[in-house]
Amino acid sequence: EIQIKEPIEKEVNPRLLPGELLLCEASTVYKYIQEDGSNRGTYGKLVCTNFKIAFLDDDSASDDNEPQFKNKIVGENDITLQCVDQIYGVYDEKKKLLTGQLRKYPETLIIYCKDLRVFHFCLRYTKEEEVKRIVSGIVHHSQTPKLLKRLFLFSYASAAPNNTDGRNETVMFDTLEDWRAELERTKGNVKYKAVTTNEGYRVSEKLPLYFVVPICVSEESILKYEGRGIPIWCWSCHNGAALLKMSAFPKEQDDSTSQMQKAFLDGIYKTISKPPYELLKTDDLSSSLPSLQDIQTAYTRFKQLFLIDNSTEFWATDVKWFSLLESTNWLEIIRRVLKKAIEVAECLERQHTNVLLIEESATDLCCVISSLVQVMMDSYSRTKSGFQSLIQKEWVIGGHDFLDRCNHLRKSDKEAPVFLLLLNCVWQLVQQYPPAFEFTETYLTVLSDSLYVPIFSTFFFNSQHQKDTNTTAESLKTQSGPFRFLTVWDWSVQFDPKAQAFLNNPLYAEKTKPDKSQRKTTRFKHQRQLSLPLTQTKSSTKRGFFREETDHLIKNILGKRIGKFINSSDEPPNSFREFYDSWHSKPVDYHGLLLPRIDGPEIKVWAQRYLRWIPEAQLHGGGTIAIAARILDLMEEVQSLQMKMDEEHSQAVSGGIHSVPLLRNSARLSSLFPFALLQRQSIKPALPTSTWKDLEDEDDLVKRDDEFVDLSGDMS
Amino acid sequence: MASSSTPKYNSNSLESSSSKRTIKDGTNWEQNEEIPRLPGETRVTDKDVIYMCPFNGPVKGRVYITNYRLYLRSVENDPVVVLNVPLGVISRIEKMGGASSRGENSYGLDITCKDMRNLRFALKQEGHSRRDIFEVLTKYAFPQSHNLLFFAFANEEKFSENGWMVYNPMSEYRRQGLPNERWRVTFINEHYGLCDTYPSLLVVPYNATDDDLKKVAAFRSRNRIPVLSWIHPETQAVIMRCSQPLVGMSGKRNKDDERYLDIIREANGQISKLTIYDARPNVNAVANKATGGGYEGEDAYPNAELFFLDIHNIHVMRESLKKLKDIVYPNVEESHWLSSLESTHWLEHIKLVLTGAIQVADKVSSGRSSVLVHCSDGWDRTAQLTSLAMLMLDSYYRTVEGFEVLVQKEWISFGHKFASRIGHGDKNHADADRSPIFLQFIDCVWQMSKQFPTAFEFNEQFLITILDHLYSCRFGTFLYNSESLREKEKVTEKTLSLWSLINSEKSKYTNPFYTKELNRALYPVASMRHLELWVSYYIRWNPRIRQQQPNPVEQRYMELLALRDDYMRRLEELQITNNSKISNSSASSASPSQMMSQVQTHF
Repeated sequence: EIQIKEPIEKEVNPRLLPGELLLCEASTVYKYIQEDGSNRGTYGKLVCTNFKIAFLDDDSASDDNEPQFKNKIVGENDITLQCVDQIYGVYDEKKKLLTGQLRKYPETLIIYCKDLRVFHFCLRYTKEEEVKRIVSGIVHHSQTPKLLKRLFLFSYASAAPNNTDGRNETVMFDTLEDWRAELERTKGNVKYKAVTTNEGYRVSEKLPLYFVVPICVSEESILKYEGRGIPIWCWSCHNGAALLKMSAFPKEQDDSTSQMQKAFLDGIYKTISKPPYELLKTDDLSSSLPSLQDIQTAYTRFKQLFLIDNSTEFWATDVKWFSLLESTNWLEIIRRVLKKAIEVAECLERQHTNVLLIEESATDLCCVISSLVQVMMDSYSRTKSGFQSLIQKEWVIGGHDFLDRCNHLRKSDKEAPVFLLLLNCVWQLVQQYPPAFEFTETYLTVLSDSLYVPIFSTFFFNSQHQKDTNTTAESLKTQSGPFRFLTVWDWSVQFDPKAQAFLNNPLYAEKTKPDKSQRKTTRFKHQRQLSLPLTQTKSSTKRGFFREETDHLIKNILGKRIGKFINSSDEPPNSFREFYDSWHSKPVDYHGLLLPRIDGPEIKVWAQRYLRWIPEAQLHGGGTIAIAARILDLMEEVQSLQMKMDEEHSQAVSGGIHSVPLLRNSARLSSLFPFALLQRQSIKPALPTSTWKDLEDEDDLVKRDDEFVDLSGDMS
Repeated sequence: MASSSTPKYNSNSLESSSSKRTIKDGTNWEQNEEIPRLPGETRVTDKDVIYMCPFNGPVKGRVYITNYRLYLRSVENDPVVVLNVPLGVISRIEKMGGASSRGENSYGLDITCKDMRNLRFALKQEGHSRRDIFEVLTKYAFPQSHNLLFFAFANEEKFSENGWMVYNPMSEYRRQGLPNERWRVTFINEHYGLCDTYPSLLVVPYNATDDDLKKVAAFRSRNRIPVLSWIHPETQAVIMRCSQPLVGMSGKRNKDDERYLDIIREANGQISKLTIYDARPNVNAVANKATGGGYEGEDAYPNAELFFLDIHNIHVMRESLKKLKDIVYPNVEESHWLSSLESTHWLEHIKLVLTGAIQVADKVSSGRSSVLVHCSDGWDRTAQLTSLAMLMLDSYYRTVEGFEVLVQKEWISFGHKFASRIGHGDKNHADADRSPIFLQFIDCVWQMSKQFPTAFEFNEQFLITILDHLYSCRFGTFLYNSESLREKEKVTEKTLSLWSLINSEKSKYTNPFYTKELNRALYPVASMRHLELWVSYYIRWNPRIRQQQPNPVEQRYMELLALRDDYMRRLEELQITNNSKISNSSASSASPSQMMSQVQTHF
């Protein structure tokens, strides 16, 4: 294997991106998967760069069956350094977690990825010094703390030609105009205004340069506590009710400070509870939803169920699958978050009240709930550009700590999959109401994967301020023209047009009239809403949905114009159930309000994201992709007929452009498609290797025969 | 407020189609009453009641009882609440409360149904108001216990198709390429003399004489000898079915049975061993020796390999379904849904049945070995395994007609005891013979169709309709325990077949995504990651868990199909006009089929 180094060398040089540097490499590495009790794999070179870990297959020369869905930046055997979750070494068949300095080098390296891939690299045939270099290189570059400036993002941005296409339908919310347009779109501009108070980050480094507040809020009060205690506008409902968020004051030791803060808050509440503003409901998300720590713990357990080493483990965990799933609590968290979003939607839609979400920094669960509410209530957020604009508004510009929550630098103790939680919730809606979304679940899956691709700035900063300061610093340093990062919303960076087609939902029920104006949207919605029962709005408010405010002051000053959400641990509110049942008893308007179904059987595992790399879970020619393929085939046929008709009309042959991908032999596609790289080779059906047999509690029944007949006597 | 007059609970319930048709025909429609009535259906009684709807609270209405159904119409609700329940689904009728019971609506009837629901009616607490309704219901819901005939014998519906013609054993075996030089058709059971629970026509090895068969019958439980169910068109390996051998405590042997199994093994020209799948758990097979049964021992059958498939008995399945009902009806378990579901074991049983069937299918297909499947009597678990394996191996059975043939053959003709398992017209609701074995099979089929949404010609509605009429007693299809009994009762002459209903309105039961693929083995993944509860069957009565009707994905696809057809028609018209314009052109206008091929080669 070593003497034919010359020709191989040519083939297996890693494809490097601008700014990407090869750091170390090792040859004769055996990448394998375990299947039906035996190993199957290929030899190749394992390399580590400042961007990724890559396995270069020795015989990858034959590239004739190019996958239809290919990521141009991250290949099927590439793992970006930020995508590495955990690395294990195998020593004498025992798995050990590799984190820092190593004394002994393992025979096999197992890399668990955040996109749920699992790689097994056997190093038994690799030269010892190469093993040392590659293992310590990989562990060092992917597992040890990093400086922000050492993210690949910066080397790429300085080396890559700056050819970003400025034209993008996504609203970035980095200008005052973007906010004003959003206010206008939602008709929020009557009572809310975009402010420039934070220019130069005078107010806070956490807040965006521009944001929206109630018109009655003064610049002075915004500046007073670095923006804390200020209701910040997220979105306005067609009926004028608004969704607001507020960063809470931290617990103060000093009594007088806290008294002052309380007085400040009371003042704010007083101003925004007066007409023309609607009644105000506040909801402290840090007490009404699971904590970030709970979310992190749940997800850590949950993802573990899908990071599977081999088929033995697959079948062993299959036996108690449902209880394993339940014990992670992840699906329950999704359910609670969806439920909270419905509660908020009910207040806005039916009770016609403003809802103020409160959280310490207003950049975690606030983002989840406000985004979900908008996805449910504003059909614009269910288009691709609308959803992307929403992520920009609430998360990227809104100041979600992507860098810390994703732990991109490996030194955060604040890791929590908050954004993934949103995507998981949106997925529930996408699979419950496929025609309501312009994008597919594949879109959500690749979006979740893009969290770990450090060539886009989108998910690699904690705030607009952090990004701005670092951009300016770099621009000064390089001095070679403007220094610009890529945005993840430019999907052409990762996917060619053919692959991008998989992100668009062929079932999307576009509006019958191709009128793109947003006003149309709201009016349309409004009409639908009128059909909802609007009775009992006021009375139900008093009937125990909202607990009496404990604080005297607020109660005295504000009377009944302000309420507080009750805890979800309390008795489920009646008006919620009414609202939910009443909505579900009517036919769905895919452009109107959309409420997720949240009963136990309705909350499902996002199979595409979590099962896609597991060969045992693959269905040959099955899965939802089989239907999607049929639809795409038919659309293609319709399109070509349309073209033919045009030709007949014009009596001329015109070259058409096809936006629909070709899915030949679609019936045989794997259900893992378009993520089908780890296909089971064996044509044998997957058979459980361990099955459940015992029925402890029903012993007497088990032992019985179907029908008791003594056969020994009557047959002669 | 939308003031739709469509009945609220009718969208998923059975009968909606038939009632619509009756409305259209108008023949059996009494002017002043909007009650659907089938030809042959007669009114018995009616009464004002309060329907204790578990989802929406008490509903005032009038209940009408015929010799076929219980029909309730609300009098005050908008939209109107309708219940339309064939009496056949009733498993138990209980009186609740007494004449002196206190409390609102505490006096009435509680009806337990076989289709995962209960119905409660409250009546006025005066003058034994429920006595006659109770008696009428009991009489017509349990005709067998009152020496009455099933409604199927009174049903006078007319259909454009005759479902009794769907299954002809001879043509089904011919379709499989039988008889051939190794397998013959025998009429030894023509008058059910060999085995009274088998069909009259059997396929057996060419090299076994009828005399051999008789000797083998003596060694198999209830004379259910190994006979052929299916032959692989390429490997010639076969699926055989039978009952357990009568080994007993002493470990009896039977030379004829041993030789017969060897003949089967040799019949596909392979020298490999014959594979025997005993559907039971090992311990149960051993325990059966005590009552004279058992399994094929290694000593007696050295050329056979025996595997146990660990599928539990009918009692375990019945209890499992009972537990499932507890967590879904009337309310779906709120907290801990997943562990509650797991504790019913329903999906684990499904997993085991599917796993067993995959093993059978794979052995025949890639293992190229003939297999013998049995359990104890060979009419429950055996039928599940053979029919599912056949469904996996033979794409014909995935068509509407093919599936009807499969059910007719593997279940009905081979004596799955439908009457005992379902308890048709029998008031003995606690009978230990009842068990949801066939439901479990249909659930397995649904799981497969869910995993392979383009592989089946039929849709979910087809499966639900089969299950509804498994209980309804409107058709003769599932009545009685065996072919011999059905013949005695002249079922095909005096009743209608369910397949008549379905085949007369086939489009309703067809899956638009169906893609015909011949000779493709279809192996589901029997993993809990993919198995799911069949919500639209088990929880269909709950309005909160209602499926979107019609399915939006399907609807969109149908729109596209219509659009394509429209374009094709318009294109053809255009081409005709254009061609006539260019009169010197030699090309004639393309027919739709030619056009299709052009379209497809275009890319």
